[in-house]
Amino acid sequence: MIGYLLRRLLYAFPLLLGINVLTFILFFVVNTPDDMARMHLGQKHVTPESVEKWKRERGYDLPLFWNAKAGGTEKVTGTIFYQKSLGLFLFRFGRSDDGRDIGADIGQRMWPSLAIAVPSLLVGLLVDISVALLLVFFRLTYLEFWGVALCVAAMSVSTLFYIIGGQYLVGKLLQLTPISGYDTGLNAWRFVALPVLIGIVAGVGSGARWYRTLFLEEVEKDYVRTARAKGLPEPRVLFAHVLRNALIPILTGVVVVLPLLFTGSLITESFFAIPGLGSYTIDAINQQDFAIVRSMVFLGSVLYILGLLLTDISYTLVDPRVRLG
Amino acid sequence: MPSIREGGNEVIVPEPSRTKTEPARALLAVADLRVAFRQDANWVPAVDGVSFHIGKGESFALVGESGSGKSVTALSVLRLLPQSGRILGGRAMLGDRDLFALPEFAMSGIRGKRIGIIFQDPMSSLNPVLTVGRQIGEALSLQRGLKGRALKARALELLDHVGLPDPARHFNEYPHQLSGGMRQRAMIAIALAGEPDLLIADEPTTALDVTLQAQILDLLKRLQRDTGMALWLITHDFGVVAELCTRVAVMRAGKIIEQNGRGFFEGPEHPYSRELLAAMPRLDARLRDSEVDFDDKAVDARNPFLRASGGGTVDLTEGGERLASAMSRDGIKKSPLDLPRLAPSSVGSRMERPEREGIKAPLLEVRDFKVHYPIKKGIFQRTVDTVRAVDGVSFSLERGETLALVGESGCGKTTLGKGLLNLIKPSGGRVRFDGEDIAGLKGEARRKRCAEMQIIFQDPYSSMNPRMIVGDIVEEGLRAQHPGIAAEERRERVEDLLRAVGLPPEARLRYPHEFSGGQRQRICIARALAVEPKLIVCDEPTSALDVSVQAQILRLLRELRERRGLSYLFITHDLAVVAALADRVAVMRRGRIVEMGETRQVLFEPTHAYTRGLLAAVPKLRRTGPSGAP
Repeated sequence: MIGYLLRRLLYAFPLLLGINVLTFILFFVVNTPDDMARMHLGQKHVTPESVEKWKRERGYDLPLFWNAKAGGTEKVTGTIFYQKSLGLFLFRFGRSDDGRDIGADIGQRMWPSLAIAVPSLLVGLLVDISVALLLVFFRLTYLEFWGVALCVAAMSVSTLFYIIGGQYLVGKLLQLTPISGYDTGLNAWRFVALPVLIGIVAGVGSGARWYRTLFLEEVEKDYVRTARAKGLPEPRVLFAHVLRNALIPILTGVVVVLPLLFTGSLITESFFAIPGLGSYTIDAINQQDFAIVRSMVFLGSVLYILGLLLTDISYTLVDPRVRLG
Repeated sequence: MPSIREGGNEVIVPEPSRTKTEPARALLAVADLRVAFRQDANWVPAVDGVSFHIGKGESFALVGESGSGKSVTALSVLRLLPQSGRILGGRAMLGDRDLFALPEFAMSGIRGKRIGIIFQDPMSSLNPVLTVGRQIGEALSLQRGLKGRALKARALELLDHVGLPDPARHFNEYPHQLSGGMRQRAMIAIALAGEPDLLIADEPTTALDVTLQAQILDLLKRLQRDTGMALWLITHDFGVVAELCTRVAVMRAGKIIEQNGRGFFEGPEHPYSRELLAAMPRLDARLRDSEVDFDDKAVDARNPFLRASGGGTVDLTEGGERLASAMSRDGIKKSPLDLPRLAPSSVGSRMERPEREGIKAPLLEVRDFKVHYPIKKGIFQRTVDTVRAVDGVSFSLERGETLALVGESGCGKTTLGKGLLNLIKPSGGRVRFDGEDIAGLKGEARRKRCAEMQIIFQDPYSSMNPRMIVGDIVEEGLRAQHPGIAAEERRERVEDLLRAVGLPPEARLRYPHEFSGGQRQRICIARALAVEPKLIVCDEPTSALDVSVQAQILRLLRELRERRGLSYLFITHDLAVVAALADRVAVMRRGRIVEMGETRQVLFEPTHAYTRGLLAAVPKLRRTGPSGAP
């Protein structure tokens, strides 16, 4: 298994390099360094000299991939791509285009993101699985029919509606929590509660329905019939046999997103004005801050690869048939 | 097609057997059971008024083909029907309690405790993510209230009792780490955990190899003797019934059409029972067949030399010598049985194919063929060892000949078949097909050659694309090999092919799922025939089918061989099927051929100890006298 993991980590390098190149190309197809400079300096009263100065100060005066004027290795190293992107492999994020330390920003902003994302995922998972198991327990009854109908209705409603509706109902009418914002330390819980609640409610329809189909697929299998033939009561059949086997596909979806919790949710964070990494990314895209965008894309890719690795490892824990080799 | 007469559903119950065990003393008495399944909006009856009883300690067999309702009957008694099934009426009395009147929670005192059940496929019937020990322990703690050390001790005792070697080791293993036979033993141990009065065995050996089948049947017999429990066997295999049971009921289309004691094997009274019994392939089938089925014309068509001869004459001496030399190359003595095939009366037969250069060589010649799978380890996936799935196999196949490749699962017979067709990359050896070394061919030439070798797979359910209509499935190969043929002519050829395999031409426009298993296998055969192959590799083509359907498919294969001069490489584990179809037999074990020879010689005078073991394990229909009846 160690060999397998090492090999997968080696595969990650070319993958990350490719992602870097792609992000770089996509970004500079849309923007030129001149556009970036004008964006930062403001559209009015910009002289070509101040644009050149902005570019020189931040290293955007170099060619993109190939420096024909320079000699020797400088042909490769004297480019924007080399200087801006390759430091990422050592997790040197450098400075953003307005001069802030990106590494420090990330270190600070990941905590609010985690405070929202982790409880949303874990409590949400628990709620989804419980609802799904209940639906399966009452299968072929009216309870199941209306439960599924409700799930479909719930998943048909847009997330934005849940967010605005929740803010209006809980924040404004009932005044149980603040509508948006964030606080430091333990006081943050008052600001965290509403986004978490809304995240769970918005997800329960699709989640429960998806898990229900996974359970239903298992519940008609031969080994479940064997469990019933032993005389086990239905709840024990569901928990000891069905749930254990259905966990295998559930894990695929869940473990892979675990590392990505760091990067937060783009929509929720901007609606609730949470200073997390999600809103950080959105702001950077709006301001054409290439330094931050490439850092977040790189971080996201690394975390995703990590998530896939974790999924593989978790398979060996829940499914004895799987061996990494 | 077996013709069932109009009155076929009439129930024949001989008077004696009805009076012998009175229902009052019966352990289980099922009366007028009716079960239906919901299909779309309709209720389709699956069991239609079935009544029978099983006495204490008795062994009772419910026999029938798939879809006859026998498994549904058993599941109904335990109230374990799938969701779409409903018990519409009837009673199932266990002692003086009606199982259908009990509340659901009370059924856990019945299931596993009074009635145990083992299912057909031990792999899918065991929970893949729990250890064997845990799955037995669960039953023991529930039914016997055992805990901790006592539980483990009892579980180990049970595993030992069902003949699982080294129970302490397997206790902590998962089902996939056990072999098929060991899994079924574990399954039996689970069923026995509650010490039931009745053990239902639903096709307990169908998924197992013949040698394992014999062991499991012995085990069931021994357990029944030791514990005094009753056994309710559900099977389609009369051989298994004859081994185990004292009373037989035959089911068809949801009804029991005949119940009898051991006298059943003397002469079943219902015509359907007789047909079922007759449809069962037997080891001695070949001898009977050759008297009845193979007339001169048939022999003529199958004769490798006659078909190949150009001007209507053939040098018999040369042919005979070649046969002899081909056989001695294989290390097998020429059997005198082969000579009558070269009867001069059949020499004048018309040839259908033009003469070729390589006509003198056998159709297929395989030398030292190998398929090895590498075992890779470490960060850089270096090959540390190989699995020798096929390890140096040599044989030859004449035109029009059928060579059966026999062996237990895992012996490499399927891998060999796929390797020959290059569906798996071979690791070594030479394959000459029709005089040409096909291992060296590439690209277009290889593709053309491939059309002359086709394969039919075991499972007709999964070997066709469910989203293509039958016509397209059959036509696809034709279109790939002969793109020049006009659509109209292609359609005609597809219709001809469907007719040739006994299907109506209209079947062209329907999807595979609309057909039964036997019909699907016919479609697969039509698909293989479409590109006019010379050789068809048949990979267990009948083992997923019922006996009567199996008999039909074998008959079709035989007819096609005679009409089209096909050669078959017939891969099977079923020796009775071999007897019905093959000219020669090769017995495979662990990637090698251990014995090869004429069918008659291998089946009746085997020389290798392994072949003898295989043959001894086949359950046989013994014709017991009247004293055999209970």
